[in-house]
Amino acid sequence: MAWTGKILRVDLTKGSVDVEPLNMEWAQAYLGQRGLATKYLVEEIDPKCDALGPDNKLIMATGPLTGTMASTGGRYSVICKSPLTGAVACSNSGGFIGAEMKNAGWDMIIFEGKAPQPVYLHIENDKAQLLPADEIWGTSVWATDEWLHKRHQDPALRIAAVGRSAEQGCLYSVVINDLHRAAGRSGVGTVMASKNLKAVAVRGTLGVGNIKDPARFMKETAEAKQILAENAVTGQGLPTFGTQVLMNVINEIGAMPTRNMREVQFEGAHKISAEAMAEPRKTDGKPNLTTNAGCFGCTIACGRISTIDRTHFTIENKPQYWGNSGGLEYEAAWAMGSDTGVDDLDAVTYANFVCNEDGVDPISFGATVAAAMELYENGHITDKETGGVAFKFGSAEALAKAVELVATGEGFGKDLGLGSKLLCEKYGQPDLSMTVKGQEFPAYDPRGIQGMGLAYATSNRGACHLRGYTVASEVLGIPEKTDPLVTEGKAGLVKAFQDATAAFDSSGLCIFTSFAWTLENVAPQLDAACEGAWSPENLAELGERVWNLEREFNLKAGLTAADDTLPKRLTTEKANTGPAEGKVSGLSEMLPEYYELRGWTKDGQLTKETRQRLGL
Amino acid sequence: MKITLKLYATLGERLPPGAYENAAQIDVAPDVTLNDIIDRYKVPRELAHLVLINGLFTCEEDRDRPGTLSEGDTLAIWPPVAGG
Ligand code: SF4
Repeated sequence: MAWTGKILRVDLTKGSVDVEPLNMEWAQAYLGQRGLATKYLVEEIDPKCDALGPDNKLIMATGPLTGTMASTGGRYSVICKSPLTGAVACSNSGGFIGAEMKNAGWDMIIFEGKAPQPVYLHIENDKAQLLPADEIWGTSVWATDEWLHKRHQDPALRIAAVGRSAEQGCLYSVVINDLHRAAGRSGVGTVMASKNLKAVAVRGTLGVGNIKDPARFMKETAEAKQILAENAVTGQGLPTFGTQVLMNVINEIGAMPTRNMREVQFEGAHKISAEAMAEPRKTDGKPNLTTNAGCFGCTIACGRISTIDRTHFTIENKPQYWGNSGGLEYEAAWAMGSDTGVDDLDAVTYANFVCNEDGVDPISFGATVAAAMELYENGHITDKETGGVAFKFGSAEALAKAVELVATGEGFGKDLGLGSKLLCEKYGQPDLSMTVKGQEFPAYDPRGIQGMGLAYATSNRGACHLRGYTVASEVLGIPEKTDPLVTEGKAGLVKAFQDATAAFDSSGLCIFTSFAWTLENVAPQLDAACEGAWSPENLAELGERVWNLEREFNLKAGLTAADDTLPKRLTTEKANTGPAEGKVSGLSEMLPEYYELRGWTKDGQLTKETRQRLGL
Repeated sequence: MKITLKLYATLGERLPPGAYENAAQIDVAPDVTLNDIIDRYKVPRELAHLVLINGLFTCEEDRDRPGTLSEGDTLAIWPPVAGG
């Protein structure tokens, strides 16, 4: 079956922990992780509830392939209503805790209510209990991790925790697991902290049994691993250069959002790229990149482990940052680098370390700092608000100070913790916020990659690249090359990517496998592991069902078609250099066709036929 | 004529001496094809995956056609890569 068939329901208000069976009928329709947990959320909470109130629930969910021998089968997701967007939130993370949860015998943990005092959940296989967290409340994720390992005298304990930023209400706080892996977007960490839940510590030694056809599963997973190994991207590109290899690509094609998306190319891109990370530094002769790293069961290993030069201004006299730690991914490097105009690789790496240490989403953080820099340069905020820090584009000092303030919620960090949308509204300049549905953009300018404009505008969790990554086709030629500068054909492309991604995200596998695998490669692995008949076609339909379910949640939460939009800057201010020079996003050319393909009305509502067809 | 050649990721080491930030100025004949340059710098053709002239993608069919480059152009090449 691959599912364990068991859910842990934790009522934080009452302090109770109960076991219940997984709804297997729903598992057939929604698979696991993103899809299945969203189904539970939709059934159990009022979409209009206060995201930071006790009526919101927080679900940690694995997929059926999590914890199995499938490559990258270590994923889990955190699902809740988002405080940043008011929409559904679902943030996916790798590392090891997802597999550990599954090995302890749990498909999902549902947290409800709010604990009267700070607590953490300790799980050892089928034993689960809430324990006091007063001693770790007010400390960072890293300090919490260390304390829990000591407290339980168990070096193999896997830990997910929130940092001080979440406790202080920063709206884009994350849940960090295994020290530097993050369920990163939409403020899921803020929701966890709002429940007075500091951490989840798991030890699972039961193994993942219940595979439908073990011999076939071994064969299918081995064949699929072979495909990853032989593919140039998953076999060589990602392990060697990580996602950061995109820095120079996206800059060259003129889709690198720069200085709060005023420009589309960054003159300092090379200095913060994968190529630069591999070069020995002039100062200490060591490269920024130490090695690559992999999540549970992953045969790709795209992760980065980095060091900062000890004499760099950010960590001089701070030995806690002198060792190896989680290095830059492209999204983090872009947001904290080119979007803020900072080309100091070690400063951006430092900001990344602090984001991991205290549980901050580096994308939303970087983009919010970029907005603050534009507000500062335009005179809408001054030294009075920033506490004397000159928030100028390109200032590594301002970036380093900003991350420290957001991590602890001090001073101007409170304003920055609002996110770009509320910050810009607070200072009377809403048009300077580069967000969709209140969530900050990732690293692709929709003027230079037209499909991404539609993907952002329609993403169910606000601006996001991981809901429909048409960059793969429009820029990288996977599975086939399309022209990034045109809008024709993009509605169908976006829909296909969105649906397939929702299926990957519900399985327990990493979306990066999709650079080599399609649903054709995922289906046989699922079919060998899980009850039911799993084909590429029904996985695509399942993805579409998940997409529409999320959409319905958002509509009930009060979002409308008017929220499927982009900031004015991207639809009115032309790209000023590069291949996209003179272009704006052609969102309005794509959106009506997209609604039609989705089977929605002109105002973005699901029709009765669509609901029936998908069994909603 | 002079153009800028940029080779990235695993191809970087194939650049001529003196390259800076993965870019080098090179001299080419006016009727040069992209595959002439790809071969001259010993880039295996199957690794010349993403080939951009001034940021615009050039498909495989155009790589044997002279006249695709002009003085001052930038030719940038990557092996198959991806990120997120
Ligand atoms: S490809 Fe990268 S992010 Fe995905 S599971 Fe492997 S190491 Fe983790």
